Amino acid sequence: MTTGTAVDVVMPQMGVSVSEGTITKWNKQVGDTIEADETLLEISTDKVDTEVPSPASGVISEILVQEGETVDVGTVLARIGGEAGAAAPAPAAPVPEPATQPAADESEAAASEGQASEPAATAAPSGNGKSFVSPVVARIASEHGIDPTQVPGTGTGGRVTKKDIQAFIDSGEEAAPAAPAAPEAPAPAAPAPAAPAAPAPAATAPPAPAQTAQPPSDAGQPGVGETFEPMSAMRRGIAEHMRRSLDTSAHVTSAIEVDMSKVVQIREKLKKEYTAAYGINPTYLAFIARATAETLRDYPWINGELRGDKIVTRNYVNLGFAVELADGKGLIVPVVKNAETLNLLGMAKAIADVAKKARDKQLTPDDVVGGTFTITNPGGYGTFHGTPVISQPQAGILGTYAIVKRPWVITDENGADAIAIRSIMNLTLTYDHRLVDGALAGRFLRDLRERLQTWGESDY
Amino acid sequence: MAEKTYLQAISDGIRGEMRRDKRVFVLGEDVGVYGGAFKVTLGFQEEFGAWRVIDTPLSETAIVAGATGAAIMGMRPVAEMQFADFVSCAWDHLVTVAAKQRWRVGTPVPIVLRLPSGGGFSGGPFHSQNPESSFAHIPGLKCVCPATPEDAKGLMIAAIEDPNPVLFFEHKHLYRRIKGEVPDERYVTPIGKARTHQEGDDVSVITWGAMVYTAEEAAQQVDASVEIIDLRTVMPWDKQAVLDSVRKTSKVLVLHEDTRTGGFGGEIAATIAEEAFEDLDAPVRRLAAPDTPVPFSPVLEKAYIPQVDDVVRGLEELISY
Repeated sequence: MTTGTAVDVVMPQMGVSVSEGTITKWNKQVGDTIEADETLLEISTDKVDTEVPSPASGVISEILVQEGETVDVGTVLARIGGEAGAAAPAPAAPVPEPATQPAADESEAAASEGQASEPAATAAPSGNGKSFVSPVVARIASEHGIDPTQVPGTGTGGRVTKKDIQAFIDSGEEAAPAAPAAPEAPAPAAPAPAAPAAPAPAATAPPAPAQTAQPPSDAGQPGVGETFEPMSAMRRGIAEHMRRSLDTSAHVTSAIEVDMSKVVQIREKLKKEYTAAYGINPTYLAFIARATAETLRDYPWINGELRGDKIVTRNYVNLGFAVELADGKGLIVPVVKNAETLNLLGMAKAIADVAKKARDKQLTPDDVVGGTFTITNPGGYGTFHGTPVISQPQAGILGTYAIVKRPWVITDENGADAIAIRSIMNLTLTYDHRLVDGALAGRFLRDLRERLQTWGESDY
Repeated sequence: MAEKTYLQAISDGIRGEMRRDKRVFVLGEDVGVYGGAFKVTLGFQEEFGAWRVIDTPLSETAIVAGATGAAIMGMRPVAEMQFADFVSCAWDHLVTVAAKQRWRVGTPVPIVLRLPSGGGFSGGPFHSQNPESSFAHIPGLKCVCPATPEDAKGLMIAAIEDPNPVLFFEHKHLYRRIKGEVPDERYVTPIGKARTHQEGDDVSVITWGAMVYTAEEAAQQVDASVEIIDLRTVMPWDKQAVLDSVRKTSKVLVLHEDTRTGGFGGEIAATIAEEAFEDLDAPVRRLAAPDTPVPFSPVLEKAYIPQVDDVVRGLEELISY
């Protein structure tokens, strides 16, 4: 520090929308010596309370704004000047109207631009210099919560260019103004964790928080005859999950035809009984879910998961059910926990419960996590085949399709072949071939079919 | 693949389509016996005969009107104006009839109008203009301005295939000066799709025609990474490619040889301001010829047509902004 120069300490801009701040405490008094970046004062704004580090080393020559006063951003609060190295016998009282001296450091002084209490030579450049913010810089600044005046500018007259602000973000400095660590109430002497106010030295800034909210890529303008509608959070989530699933699992689908005649017959009988006694409709899905939970116990890998380099298996089955929402614009997969403990009635009730909660938007976060296997049922619309996408991080998803009456070759008890009318349903198992091989999937489908085709009245 | 001049590529494009499609024929002043003012159709009459390579009277009105009539009857005429400047004689038939026929009565008018345009050789006010913006303003017309031999052939084929009247602005300055690899086989360069002449990160130049090369030379003289977008066609123009480039670099110079006021660069600059305002880091700059007729004097013409130095200056201002 040389003699004859002074550095202004100004009220920092603590956020784009903050226009003023209140001095809560001066940590130093006139005549005290201060090092650059040492806390000089504490301020309070309508957004944050924070400490203001000294922009320079030296002796405090003036304090212009007293504790408790509220002033505009950019107002000069104090001046630091004199000889830093020397002992500091300082004037006890502020000098009323000192001769203005040129600022030592333009980059610090620039923040006071607009206050213009100095001779022109020291103030920020004129023209479209630092004060002018181009549209792209304004947008990036607002997206990242940065005050553009805190970014070192390399453009004409010190203007902050797009590259400048991008470099600023890449360096992690934007964390400083965005992360107030000081407590809500004006903190007295208790030293708050490092939360330097702008202009902030990078060294003490906490690491930049990850920018999770990237602006989505631009769709441009709708073409002729096209209409844009915003994507719901659910649609965005589905899109992300579906893409991620296909990028993660090696999807393979196997299909099998199941003669559901016995299930149809038993369901007809139980439907009246359950509806009358419990108000529960034993749907085909309940039968399939019951048989699936049972079969999964023999195929732990299909009920499993690849986690890192480990294969996870479980002694329980948490069955997810893909439920279409009422507006047809999304689906959610509520989970029936411990499905292996439920009999047919319990399964039917559990499925009805989660489906209702899903449609009424009553599901809690717990209701949709922890699934180990999923069943999706697009067959209600008559489709007979599909290749669903696995719900990550599961290893498989069962697709159930329309039950249709078809001519079917059966072998009667005498060993003679005959054609009969049977209720046939296709089932698909889409599995992650990283974990599940085709033969295993085939055996699973075979066993599942066997359970459904030989369903006995005691298998409830 | 062979190295061809820009002129040979245009010639190849037309010849190939004439061999392939009997509906394609050429007409114009001196296109037959003489082979065209710039020899684009040299040898055509020998190969295809006088009925498919028609020397017309000295009347642009008759040429465009005849082509329009033939197109309405199912032919695919490729008509030549000796110089783009003379198309103004045929304005009425082109703008009132050809451009509107399809919208008015539903009959397509698949004509190609070849318009040797551009200056740089002291051709003066009647032989140097770039009137693409006048016709880009007429709904129903398409305007194509290739810069490379490859595009010249591919866009000529696209123009002949197109069911609309297509104005094919071929830059005279490029005819024999620009050579490039041109595929031997038939290919179509889509109308309305820009080409990235060179990729860059710091500043975009949006241009077309001969100015692509001016921009390229200028880009080599500045200390920055310059992206050059060759629009290839100004109507329709590839808005998306331009906006994508602007979003990348945030600084843009729109460059054309046509005069400034009402030039197509204004449309591009306005679109950028409307749709990419929040991506701009500097004002959109236009560099174009001044609002006067093209001068004869070589010295004045050089001052008139944007030169490499002018582009360098424009780029440097943007870079340092």
